[in-house]
Amino acid sequence: MQEHIVIIGNGISGVTAARHIRKMSDKKITIVSAETDYFFSRTALMYIYMGHMKFEHTQPYENWFWKKNRIELKKGYVKQIETKTKTLHFAEGDILQYDKLIIATGSKPNKFGWPGQDFDGVMGMYHKQDLENLEKYAPNNKICKHAVIVGGGLIGIELAEMLNSRNIPVTFLVREDSFWNGVLPSGESEMINRHIKNHHIDLRLSTNLKEIKADENSKVKSVIIQETGEEILCDVVGLTAGVSPNINFLKDSEIETGRGVKVNRFLETNITDVYAIGDCAEQHEAIGNRRPIEAVWYTGRMMGETVAQTICGNKIEYKPGYWFNSAKFLDIEYQTYGWVFGERGRPEYEKHFHWKHKDDTKCITVAYHKDTNKFLGINTFGIRMRHETFDTWLTEERDVDYVMNHLSDANFDPEFYSHFEVEILSSYNKQFQTV
Amino acid sequence: MSLAKPDAIDITNKQKIALALGIVGLFIMALALFNTNFPDVGLFLTLALGLISIGTIIYSREAYLSKLEGIKNDGVWFKSISSRGVWGWIVGVILTAFYIVLYFFPKHLGLGTNGTENTGLISLFDPLSNLLSGRPASQWFVYGTLYTIAILAFGYKFIVKYRHNRYQQIRTVSVMFFQLAFAFLIPEFMYVMNNDLPYYDLKSIWPLNYYIFDQWSVKAFLSNGTIGLSLLLFGIISIFVITPILTYKFGKRWYCSWVCGCGGLAETAGDSFRQLSSKKLSAWKLERWLIHAVLVFSVVMTTAMVYTYLGYSKNDFWLTRGLFISLIIGFLTLIFTGVMFFKRKELGKDAKMGAIGFFATIALLLIMHFTSTIDHLFYIKGSALRSAYGLYIGSIFSGVIGTGFYPILGSRAWCRFGCPMAAILGFQQRLFSKFRITTNGGQCISCGNCSTYCEMGIDVRAYAQKGENIVRSSCVGCGICSAVCPRGVLKLENDSMEGRINPTEVLLGNDIDLMDLVNKK
Repeated sequence: MQEHIVIIGNGISGVTAARHIRKMSDKKITIVSAETDYFFSRTALMYIYMGHMKFEHTQPYENWFWKKNRIELKKGYVKQIETKTKTLHFAEGDILQYDKLIIATGSKPNKFGWPGQDFDGVMGMYHKQDLENLEKYAPNNKICKHAVIVGGGLIGIELAEMLNSRNIPVTFLVREDSFWNGVLPSGESEMINRHIKNHHIDLRLSTNLKEIKADENSKVKSVIIQETGEEILCDVVGLTAGVSPNINFLKDSEIETGRGVKVNRFLETNITDVYAIGDCAEQHEAIGNRRPIEAVWYTGRMMGETVAQTICGNKIEYKPGYWFNSAKFLDIEYQTYGWVFGERGRPEYEKHFHWKHKDDTKCITVAYHKDTNKFLGINTFGIRMRHETFDTWLTEERDVDYVMNHLSDANFDPEFYSHFEVEILSSYNKQFQTV
Repeated sequence: MSLAKPDAIDITNKQKIALALGIVGLFIMALALFNTNFPDVGLFLTLALGLISIGTIIYSREAYLSKLEGIKNDGVWFKSISSRGVWGWIVGVILTAFYIVLYFFPKHLGLGTNGTENTGLISLFDPLSNLLSGRPASQWFVYGTLYTIAILAFGYKFIVKYRHNRYQQIRTVSVMFFQLAFAFLIPEFMYVMNNDLPYYDLKSIWPLNYYIFDQWSVKAFLSNGTIGLSLLLFGIISIFVITPILTYKFGKRWYCSWVCGCGGLAETAGDSFRQLSSKKLSAWKLERWLIHAVLVFSVVMTTAMVYTYLGYSKNDFWLTRGLFISLIIGFLTLIFTGVMFFKRKELGKDAKMGAIGFFATIALLLIMHFTSTIDHLFYIKGSALRSAYGLYIGSIFSGVIGTGFYPILGSRAWCRFGCPMAAILGFQQRLFSKFRITTNGGQCISCGNCSTYCEMGIDVRAYAQKGENIVRSSCVGCGICSAVCPRGVLKLENDSMEGRINPTEVLLGNDIDLMDLVNKK
């Protein structure tokens, strides 16, 4: 009989693992999910609420794909894993045997024990169920006259954009003194602050949530601000203060967990034949500058590719290449290649060159080593860059002068777009070489 | 999905006024249709066209300029008109009905027959036609005017919608220009200069211009001395020389989304419906059979048309039926063997399809040659065959289904399933072109915006999430996938032919060792 690979979680990590295992082998594959019948792109949930797409458009594979590729899909919630007998117990009462198990259950929104965090109308924005919940409590600006978002990260700003698309006024509470400045250097972070306000979103920096109040039906009616005691009336509260691994169901198992499922570089847990990948996996030791838990689409996909190799007999380490990421802040696209640190956690050798366009929607920050001038990484806003080019430059260990002089080779903007490389270079030269 | 459909986002008061202006403009035309006698026809025509244009302009400005620049697709799937709702179906039915009347019952639009004066809607357009070419309007003049107004007004809307995207703006100005100048004005002026010339839209190239080699057309060209002959030669050079060169350099987009009138309407008035095209694999399969069948049909029919007016004897004219058929078969065989020899690898699984198409064409031509009589082809009278061809491809497919069904099948149904020109250009684009859509390493998040907004129904995401360049014969290079991508993954490019198609998994992000393993077959 074929070895049975069971994957818990049908997100990008689990589905990538399944696809690659199928490419390389004839093993029996089952994907378990409690969330949806079919794989969908979580990052696209926002576009459903905004009316850009329907749910089916967020599904990268047509429904026949799974049967054709002999990937079985099971809808169910795994309540318990018995690793001795290799058995999954479902909340629905049934069981499933595996030979090898991949845990790819992703994340869940953080809740920091705020008073009132479980009232009706308080929600994260991560699962499909969250979207359904939002549709229920904020279908339009008559039923939801005001919304408050708590937590200034990528999901927070997406939720703000979503509500904005239906003309629902939003107050956006951000703990930091500038948007996402734990990650972004100040010039960029401040530009995004202004962009948020230009969209008529009430951005409140250095502001914390004290508590959430509800009406007599336990439905949210307002929030209280920690610093000022101000009460803001609202019908929906979005909690978007980051995510953490979705692994509560592993509590009683023998699988070692910390904040996430502990894995080694082969993505193996402490139990033989049990692997963990994606958002829910936690490396024993961080890889390079990376965090031990990486809740990013791309790393999930890369771990899926890696674990599939290991399971099919080519045992290899998870060795992510150069860091890259991207996001979109309302109308401004953001890409990053290599490492560019914000104020927090920046190595002392890292220096920055920053350029901003006068229209206040485009800027770049280039990080380099202050002693060797080695190029370390780049953040770009409103200008698209070519991934492959930066990967090459990082491998070739180019210095910052080289990168600045060849920036146009990396430009990935559509044809006929204005180019800013000349302006950027002259600003760079003014700042550094005339001294 | 279990979610109830939310209310459409309300339109502002200014937009309501704009909408009302447009409706008044349409109402004037409706009145004309029912034979209202306007005191000053010219004034009312100006009013009708002006109100429609101004209404569209005010509406667009209010919709897009009141917000920061960026992607403006909020609520597309909530609006009835753009999500196959009631309004979508109503507009679809009205448009389809209009096309049916236009093509088959023009007298109901008021076309004067046998020298009688125009009445109804067509008479409303007489002043403009008289102004331009000194003759009364025809149903085609009415259609051409409305078509041009639609491309201009909705082209303006599109430019405002994409005011942050210069590729979109320049491309739209281009289709607006070609429609106004080449399809609308120049043919009218050519008529003024020489009224024996057939209507000739210089940018309309065979096989889209399916009648250019028809007997009446060729005769008219040839009987007009140097100008006529030059125009006919230009038609031939267009398809055999100009088209391949431009498609090699820029991809088929130079035509389909920069010049073509059908494409122009789809990109402007049809923009609200682009997301309705089916992305299913089954639709792609249907597309490939249908569009290539139309191409085979076009080649055979055009050959047949020319064939009918050629003779048997060399003494009458050097080009005899036998020689003509031999030349055509020789030419097609040359292309076929050349492609199979040099491009077999790029063609991949499509080689079978190409072979079927080729042999079907050759077989049909031979059958035609050996069963024909003086005026019968395929046992049917030549003239009947010609009009059937014009009817099914020209009218029903491109007009009624292609445009009438915009709100149901999306804006490019004709371009995708039926246009023989698109098939030829697509064939070139797939095999001999520098054009491709490059994917940006590993940045794709599989969100699906690109696929959703692809008017040609290409599942762009399927390529992007694998890091694979998009080299598809159907891609018209509109660039919207690149525009709506939230992560900057897609770029339309003309680059070298080398490495254009990269069918291996080249996702960046993982280190090189793993990518080697993944790519090992």
